[in-house]
This record gives sequence, structure tokens and C-alpha cells, in this order.
Amino acid sequence: MLNPDIVGRTFPGAVAFAVTQESITEFCTAIGEPNFEVAPPTYTIKITLTESEALLKESGLDWSRVVHGDQKFEIHRPIVAGDALICSSTIESARVVAGNEIVSVRSDLHNGDELVASSWSTLVVRA
Amino acid sequence: MSRYAVGQELAPTTYVINRALLIGYANASGDQNPIHQDEAFAKSVGLENVIAHGMFTMALAGRYVSALQGSAAVKEFSARFVKPVVVPADTDVELMVSGKVLEVTERTAKIEISAYCKDVKVLGMAKAVIALS
Repeated sequence: MLNPDIVGRTFPGAVAFAVTQESITEFCTAIGEPNFEVAPPTYTIKITLTESEALLKESGLDWSRVVHGDQKFEIHRPIVAGDALICSSTIESARVVAGNEIVSVRSDLHNGDELVASSWSTLVVRA
Repeated sequence: MSRYAVGQELAPTTYVINRALLIGYANASGDQNPIHQDEAFAKSVGLENVIAHGMFTMALAGRYVSALQGSAAVKEFSARFVKPVVVPADTDVELMVSGKVLEVTERTAKIEISAYCKDVKVLGMAKAVIALS
């Protein structure tokens, strides 16, 4: 079970994720996207889900039973090579439905003071 | 005049999902959960077989959205993962993605996205907002 004390809290990321052309190209190649100039719309999941995993595991959640329920991205401007993105994560809610634990996490990605993208992930821990 | 009109159906595109692509996606995204690669492990946790990362399916639907006005034009993109995409060994699973225009403003279009494997709807409530140039 997730420690309920973390619900409503925001955890600022400690380390910036350096967006390289290599990582954009690798992601594009993996999904078959032919345009490598900017990051594809779902690229930031590689940053935010990794942060969420570390945070939620540390707070007692069984990551091995997690499935992704839903996902939303708001992209304020395209992400490009050279961005250094800090991810802050807010545990917006945690509840139990039919024995499954459902956790909603908001992730905000800043490049310096600029909010570049926000995303919301609903993660379901199967009973 | 916008090239989009409310109610307009956008032509479908078919994408392939197979085991090799799931390994490539695991490496590019960092999501190395064995349920997306290891059949014995997937079955041991009660799954029918290896399943695709929900985010891989969403990324393919994202390719469909990017193909409309470019990746740089995508302002919002959301989806619910309603059914897993089961990926047996040595099989190309086809994902069919299509779109329908829900709203058009001077600067944006809101598109409803459908994603099916055979007759199974795999993404629910999938929508994107794209900037119009």
C-alpha cells in the first residue's frame, strides 16, 4: 500500500533530464516517427514515468503490479534537443476501488523557469 | 479556410506491433517491465501472453496525430488504456488508428482518435488538440 501521507504532496525533481538529439532520434526510431526535429508528443513519458516509479516505490507501492490506466499530455511548446527538463511530481489522489489501488500523478516539466509540458498518469495496482 | 471541419472523418492508418518493436520501445523509453518482453513472465502474472506497453500503443496513435500537422503542433493528447494489445511471438499485430474532427477554432482542431486491434478497441476517450498553421 502507498503511504497515504504523500497524497497531495509535490516532489521536486533533483536532477535535470538532458534532452539530446540522440534520445529524440532513438525514441522516434522506436515508434517509427519519421520527423526527428522535435520530440514526439509522448516522448516525455520516459522522464515522468521513471520519476513516478522511483517516488511511488519509495512510498510503498508495488510497482510490479502496476498497469497504466490513462495518460494525458499538455505540451506548451515542442521539446527539442538542448532542453534540460526538471520533473516535479504531485500525487494528486490515491484510492482503492474493488481492491485495486488507483494513484494519479501529475508531472510538470520545467526548462529553467519555463513550464514546457505537464502530464497526468493514472496508475492502477492490480489486487 | 481550415482543412478541418467538425464531423469530418480522417483516413485510417495501420501500424504494426511485434515483439522486436516492443524491445526497441523498452530501450528507448526505459520501461523494461518484463510483461512486455518475456512470455513466461507475462503468463506467470496471469496475462494471456506478452502485452504491448500502453504507451507504445499511445505513441503509435501519437504518430497518427503528428502526421496531421507535425509533432510540433500537438498541444494536448490523452487516452485511456481500455484493453491490452496481446502480442504473440513471431506475429505482426495490426493497430488501426483513425480520427474524427470534434471541434475547430481559428487556431486549433480537436480530434477524437480511435485505435483498434481487429475488432477490439484498445484506447478509450482518446483525443488530441493540434494547432493549425
